[in-house]
Amino acid sequence: MFEFPEKTIERSAVELNKSDFVSDQMVKWCPGCGAHAILASIANVFPKIGYRKENFMMVSGIGCSSRFPYYVNTYGFHGIHGRANAIASGVKIANPNLSVWIATGDGDSMAIGGNHFIHIIRRNIDVNIVLFNNQIYGLTKGQYSPTTPMGSVTKTSPQGTIEHPFNPGELVLGAQGTFFARAVDTNVKLMTEVMFEAARHDGTSVIEILQNCIIFADKTHEAITDKEVRDDAQIHIKNGEPLIFGKNKDKGIRLNGTQLEVVTLGENGITEDDLLVHDQYQQDPGVHLMLAKMYPPHFPVALGVIRSAMYPTYDDLVEEQIVHAKATSKILCVDDLLNSGDTWEIE
Amino acid sequence: MSDQSNFIEKEDVVVKFCGDSGDGMQLAGTLFSDAAALQGLDLATFPDYPAEIRAPHNTIAGVSGFQVHVGRKKIDTTGDFVDILVAMNPASLKSNLKWTRPGATIIVDADSFDEATCKKAGYLTNPLEDNSLEGYNLVKAPVTMLTRNALKPLGIDNKTADRTRNVFTLGIIYHIFSWSLDSTVSYFKTKFKKKPEMVEANKLVLETGYSYADTVETLGSSYHIAKAKMAPGRYRNITGNVATAWGLLAAAERSGRPLFLGSYPITPATEILIELAKFKSLGAKVFQAEDEIAGICSAIGASYTGSLALTTTSGPGLSLKSEAIGLAVMTELPLVIVNVQRGGPSTGLPTKSEQSDLMQALFGRNGEAPVVVLAASTPADCFHFAYEAAKLALEHMTPVILLTDGSLGNGSQLFRIPKVADLPDITPPLAEPNDKDYKPYKRDPETLVRKWAIPGTEGLRHRIGGLEKENGSGNVSTDPANHQIMTDLREAKIQKVADFIPEQGIFGAKKGEVLVVSWGGTRGTTEAAVEELQKQGKKISLAHFSHIMPLPKNTHEVLAGFKKIIVCELNSGQFVNYLRMKEPDFKYSQFNKVMGLPFTVTELVAKFNEML
Repeated sequence: MFEFPEKTIERSAVELNKSDFVSDQMVKWCPGCGAHAILASIANVFPKIGYRKENFMMVSGIGCSSRFPYYVNTYGFHGIHGRANAIASGVKIANPNLSVWIATGDGDSMAIGGNHFIHIIRRNIDVNIVLFNNQIYGLTKGQYSPTTPMGSVTKTSPQGTIEHPFNPGELVLGAQGTFFARAVDTNVKLMTEVMFEAARHDGTSVIEILQNCIIFADKTHEAITDKEVRDDAQIHIKNGEPLIFGKNKDKGIRLNGTQLEVVTLGENGITEDDLLVHDQYQQDPGVHLMLAKMYPPHFPVALGVIRSAMYPTYDDLVEEQIVHAKATSKILCVDDLLNSGDTWEIE
Repeated sequence: MSDQSNFIEKEDVVVKFCGDSGDGMQLAGTLFSDAAALQGLDLATFPDYPAEIRAPHNTIAGVSGFQVHVGRKKIDTTGDFVDILVAMNPASLKSNLKWTRPGATIIVDADSFDEATCKKAGYLTNPLEDNSLEGYNLVKAPVTMLTRNALKPLGIDNKTADRTRNVFTLGIIYHIFSWSLDSTVSYFKTKFKKKPEMVEANKLVLETGYSYADTVETLGSSYHIAKAKMAPGRYRNITGNVATAWGLLAAAERSGRPLFLGSYPITPATEILIELAKFKSLGAKVFQAEDEIAGICSAIGASYTGSLALTTTSGPGLSLKSEAIGLAVMTELPLVIVNVQRGGPSTGLPTKSEQSDLMQALFGRNGEAPVVVLAASTPADCFHFAYEAAKLALEHMTPVILLTDGSLGNGSQLFRIPKVADLPDITPPLAEPNDKDYKPYKRDPETLVRKWAIPGTEGLRHRIGGLEKENGSGNVSTDPANHQIMTDLREAKIQKVADFIPEQGIFGAKKGEVLVVSWGGTRGTTEAAVEELQKQGKKISLAHFSHIMPLPKNTHEVLAGFKKIIVCELNSGQFVNYLRMKEPDFKYSQFNKVMGLPFTVTELVAKFNEML
């Protein structure tokens, strides 16, 4: 039976703060871009996580999101389009003593890098993927992406898109993901909280940030983030607590048969006891999937940690196999190998 | 035992086992070569198998072969023509007869030659009966029947018995050479450790084949080959793919950098992945990625974090990796890319060998993206070239493409086992912790190599990536003048590698009539052809290149010593065109073949004679 090993990432001897992670590069995102808030959240959470600052590593692909590593003072690698998850797989397997963070977008990880995205999740490599979902290609100036809502008019869909969009949470759980959280770029506190939870999770953590692109898809998440509607359009889920939301905290989610249902507390005799209590740690992803799929207008969108289940990680299993092989193999150096099997001496 | 008076003393003999894929021909050939090695002979082997795992029975498409060239002399090639052919069915006879020397011994399983199987192979009449094989020493052995009969007393059914037909033919061959059966019997003992009845059955069939050969007169003479004269040392038989894997493991050990392989299965390179996956005990981390791109990208990630990073592939995979190789060029990270070439373009001829990826290796990337290119020349020296590829990658902070090919990768040869301590030092340019002067793109003024700052190291946090870098600082830069400087620096850095590779050698005199130029996996045949003509007193020499990019510093001088130059390669002229570009002062002839087959010594000698 696999045992979860002690984590080997070295902790910082001194207390760190935001300024330890600010790089000397000018931040070049558009004013008003949601990425600024994501950057602020990372700067908040890294000192809180408490690892040595040299043990953080940021990896990215291509897109607006992927400029991220330049703006954080850690070891960083800006890769090529779609390949951040593949590059990060090598980073973590080769050097498990690093806390690996991936900045990626809906084009980078849902389209060109979709294959790497599902496989890093399936393998449960211990990395943290921050998925900037602005539902548009920003850096190439406004083409639709795999998460753009159907019917959206963009530069490459003048009559509206005719593609069904991905819901990243569904994709993560379909690929046997062990951690999925969602946050909105207007809420730094929530982003910081879920990032901290992601860091604590052993395995691939995916954090979907519903991000606004002020230039090419402004207000794309308005139905969820607008001040007027957000209390009814968002539900902040917390482990062990019943699912309650609404401006007056009078709405809830219950499991009716095999389906979720929005109910009003006090109506038809419904009390808190009837509501679904969130269990982010449960192994079975069934309810997590239902929560990840909730979307207005019929449901509020679930924010917070939806799933955080314990499974062995690929990188731990690699180390375990190495320890086992070293303990049992007769071949412990290359000279052993060269002289193994059939050999003979010629004089 | 056989009649000693009938011995013919031979310098070398070529034996080929062929039959349906599934007849165990690869195994028979391997066991024969192991036995030959134990007899003290030099040898080279070459498997020739179809792309399909089990093609339809008794068809030409399903023929699987294994050729072994053994001798007392130095064996450079797997042999143009076969001296002893084992053909388990009509299809294998038909497809191999054209490579069989007139007068050769052909051993067939006569039981498999009936009307249906002959027709399936495209014979109008049974070749065993129509006198078409008159010019050969034909042994019509009832292999199936004798094998079944031998095993009947052990209660073994016909289906199981038929699977040992290959062992019967091996017995015949051992009789021809008067070799001991010991090495093969000991193989059975290891292989069937838990099935003693299978050890017994295989041993019995082997002995039955041996005795059969003793009783049939048609077999004619026996062969005797004296021990080969080889440099003293410890030897083993090794395939090029295994030698490549081991050379990389040795480089990891000597450099102190942990080995990471990111790879995706592809014929004929998969064996390197399989081999490296066996050695977690040496700390090797092998990642079978979801695709070719993830293979190289994971390796680049591992390289950034301080590993000896590798990816292994064949032509189509190299195409998929192109963009990522450019990333490794831009980030100036060490990376070894092994390309076991096969016939192309596209899926092409997966199980056949070719040298047609040279231009892709040199130039197949967007932008100006120079890399070091090496080409191994024999199965055994894949070890040393893999080691050198890793050394150059690590010490010069660059991707290195190592070209081998299907013939080298699957072919085997005797390998003199080195001591790891005797291999050259490998010293990667690691940045020191808290180095105040560290900048990601600050270079050594001599080699132009930047330092390797490994994540986790105190005081060296930095960011790099695929965008153009500012000279020195490594910050993103779009400055036009800087791009010119960086483009020139990347090229100059690769050219400087010429100071760290051996000078180009010449086989033969440094001046003469004709210089044969070859590169990569053709060395065995070009050297044998040139040697043959040299023995006749012809003024011909060979320059066989393994360092392609950069070329050795004395290349011009080597080419200048001859009146005529002919460049031989298994493509339509890629190296010759590269030489025309790099060394334009000379006139080059060329000899090319793109048939998925190696050169034969015969055709090379004929061609060179035309020029002399």
